[in-house]
Amino acid sequence: MDLEILVENVLNAVTAGITIGCIYGLMCIGLGLIFGIMRIVNFAQGELLMLGMFVSFYLVSEGRILSALGPYWGPFIGAMCAAPAIFAGGALLHRFLISRVSGLRTVGSLDEGHFGQLIVTLGISLILQNGGQILFGSTPVAVRTPLSSEAFLIGPLYHGATVFLNKAKLVAFFVAVLAAVALYVTLEYTRLGKALRAAADNPTAATYMGIDVDRAYRIAFGLGSGITAVAGGLMATYISFTPFVGFDYVIIMYSGVVLGGMGSIFGAFWGGVTVGFVQQFSALILPPQLQNAAIFVVFLMIVLLRPQGLFGRSAERA
Amino acid sequence: MRQGVGSHLRRNLIVLAVVSVAYLLLTLFVSNSYYQLILTLVPVWALFGVSWNILSGYGGQLSFGHASFFGIGAYTVTLALVYWNLSPWLGIPLGMVLGGLAAILIGLPTFRLRGHYFALSMLAYPLAILYVMQYLGFQEVSMPMHRESPLAYMEFAEPRVYTLIAVLLLVGGVVVSLFIESSRFGLALLAIRQNELAAEAAGIDARSEKMRSLIVSGMMGAVAGGFYARVLLVVTPESVFGMLVSAQAVVVTLFGGVASVWGPVIGAAILVPLAETLQAELGTYLPGIQGVVYGVAIIAVMLLSPDGLYWTIRDRWLRRDASQGVSDVQSDVAAAAVDGKPPAPIRPVAHASGPLLQVEGLSRAFGGLRAVSEVSFSIAEGEILGIIGPNGAGKTTLFNVLNGVLSADEGSARLDGQPMLGRKTHEVCRMGVGRTFQVVRSFPRLPVLDNVIVGAYGAGASDHEAITRAVRALRQVGLQDRAEVAAGQLTNKQLRLMELARALAGSPRLLLLDETLAGLGREECDDVLGVLARLREQGMTICIIEHTMHAMMRLADRFVVLDHGRVLATGLPRLVVEDASVIEAYLGKKWLARREA
Repeated sequence: MDLEILVENVLNAVTAGITIGCIYGLMCIGLGLIFGIMRIVNFAQGELLMLGMFVSFYLVSEGRILSALGPYWGPFIGAMCAAPAIFAGGALLHRFLISRVSGLRTVGSLDEGHFGQLIVTLGISLILQNGGQILFGSTPVAVRTPLSSEAFLIGPLYHGATVFLNKAKLVAFFVAVLAAVALYVTLEYTRLGKALRAAADNPTAATYMGIDVDRAYRIAFGLGSGITAVAGGLMATYISFTPFVGFDYVIIMYSGVVLGGMGSIFGAFWGGVTVGFVQQFSALILPPQLQNAAIFVVFLMIVLLRPQGLFGRSAERA
Repeated sequence: MRQGVGSHLRRNLIVLAVVSVAYLLLTLFVSNSYYQLILTLVPVWALFGVSWNILSGYGGQLSFGHASFFGIGAYTVTLALVYWNLSPWLGIPLGMVLGGLAAILIGLPTFRLRGHYFALSMLAYPLAILYVMQYLGFQEVSMPMHRESPLAYMEFAEPRVYTLIAVLLLVGGVVVSLFIESSRFGLALLAIRQNELAAEAAGIDARSEKMRSLIVSGMMGAVAGGFYARVLLVVTPESVFGMLVSAQAVVVTLFGGVASVWGPVIGAAILVPLAETLQAELGTYLPGIQGVVYGVAIIAVMLLSPDGLYWTIRDRWLRRDASQGVSDVQSDVAAAAVDGKPPAPIRPVAHASGPLLQVEGLSRAFGGLRAVSEVSFSIAEGEILGIIGPNGAGKTTLFNVLNGVLSADEGSARLDGQPMLGRKTHEVCRMGVGRTFQVVRSFPRLPVLDNVIVGAYGAGASDHEAITRAVRALRQVGLQDRAEVAAGQLTNKQLRLMELARALAGSPRLLLLDETLAGLGREECDDVLGVLARLREQGMTICIIEHTMHAMMRLADRFVVLDHGRVLATGLPRLVVEDASVIEAYLGKKWLARREA
């Protein structure tokens, strides 16, 4: 390959890796939060991402509430509006379904209730995915913004290589980083954050300290759902999607969370960034159909070789 | 075959024959070709559920990626026909072989993981294969027809023949599954599901048992997939490797009843027609209705009867059937008791001089914490050694290192001259080291007798010998009356004794008992001490961890005192308890000062 093209491709993969990676990072935080605090592997996380996309889509497309905001602001505000909607949805899911197979109810039971949790979230995933097909149809849609076809050009740099920065991805990247920072501050410095972390550490002890663990879990599940939904709303500005889109991203989320060390909420963010990089770089050498397969392979390698994650110091002993 | 399950197996085979014949008669009355297809698909999905159940139901290794095997079977049959003109009659067995190979390739790395990690990793395999199939251009492969010799290529004008073959395949799967249920392999899987560490400590090689279950399961799943491809004549990566395929196995099994061979059959018989009919009637308006039905079904089952329909119905309406099973076991116990020799003394062959267990310079650290530090001691044949020490002294860690749950950093441990360290838990057990746990690790859903039989199997006993040994062990601890009760219903003392019996059933030369008296009242303590004293009379060598000083004074021949991972004192109980450093470790400096004052 020409050196010039190689340099250009690598530089573009790096920038795309950073922007897309941070959006993936936000998406992974949602799953990581739910796992880190509740020890539940949420199978339906991909569908929450999908719901975030559709909430944003329905808010901002022609003739809807947010369409007045115009194609520049609308899609990103729509993405942020997905958070409260899916937060509420997640909290309801927890209230009526998840709480019955998790939390204090299952502490000390035969496998800590993992079996039940995986099955119930699998059921939720099936219902949302196929119910989504009934509600939204299976034709791919997209949130339209002119930004997705515009780019900042940086360069010419070394050997005349030019870096293209897609504007939609760039804005989405900033929103994602802001949301992640806001969540970090909330968890580290507020009373709510402390309650959540206490409930994560030792639910029984937290109960004795007067923390309503069930409510803490409900909030955690809602937050995790909402965060992933924002990421979905942001991604909706640059990809087209169907109700089955969650499927393509759920493994990315698992990979990110496992990479970051299961249980570490912000490790999940860096895990997501790493997966973004792997994906963009695999695009340099692999045909498009195999890029997803590459992520699966990376996922398996991580799980098998370093189950405590790249960034985690220790995880539950296997 | 395990005893006590012979009549159970016979009854199930009769039910299987009756149900299959009735089902085939039913097909005679169905002439609508769509319903005929559904009748063919029910046994196919039931077979796939049965295959999932072997790994995830009995063995408890939750797999969300069973589509790997289904898809491998389907693509093998299709591609072999397309490229090599190989008849499905041979393609399905070939798929079965490849399914088994895939199971080995998948199992080797993946069984290093447990729980969540295992379930998630299994999910990744079929999805990765799906993308590879798309890349290779096998988007949609149809089977060519062979009108000149239809029979040789499994082509039938009469759709009922497909149903017949499907039923026969399912019958084969159910028979395999029934035999597993009633074999020591099945019992090992159930034990692993309920408590893997206890199963290993009882001598079960968990990893290889799990591997065997995955291979059987993978082969069966590939057969289901291969025949499915033959029936539908077209395969796409999504339709055989997709998430919905894996979900289908999980759904029909959980709905019908997990860890019972009838579960997947019942689940498929209800859900497949329901979902297919809805899809046919409403599919145009509600395109994803099938998935929604499956989702609702598994959530409802999980919340309302987590073990599935079969168990709920059995528990609620078929109590009599259950008590029938119990009397089988009782008669077996009686039979074994009749030919049982008098409780043979455990006293083994006389050995050359030297201690039975010799531990030297054993160390184990967790990060900077030296939980066990240069510990040396020995136990003579027939001796009871008490290991005492305050909380956190490293007593349980010492046991964990000795029986291979943890690895040692330094030092050696020899059982009768044979090195113990560096072996896996089940290997240590097979050397003749029995172990009980601080928190009882039972198999709560298995009857007491089966709990104890696990111990005998672990030590490599034959079927007949195992039950004899188990009954003998139950006698030794005085639990013979509770043989048929589920372990989950026992009192704490009975659980402790049952765990002891499980260790004894392996005919150990050395027993490691971890706080066997913990949480017992004074009288209960005396009962258990009585059992231990009788064991000593029979010549058993015991190493026991205990807090209760007065009990230990009565029982132990010698003490080893541990504090902060080090040996503080060794010797006769009387002398040790007078030792100033021991008192200090236990009661603190102040106490010592007051005593000396």
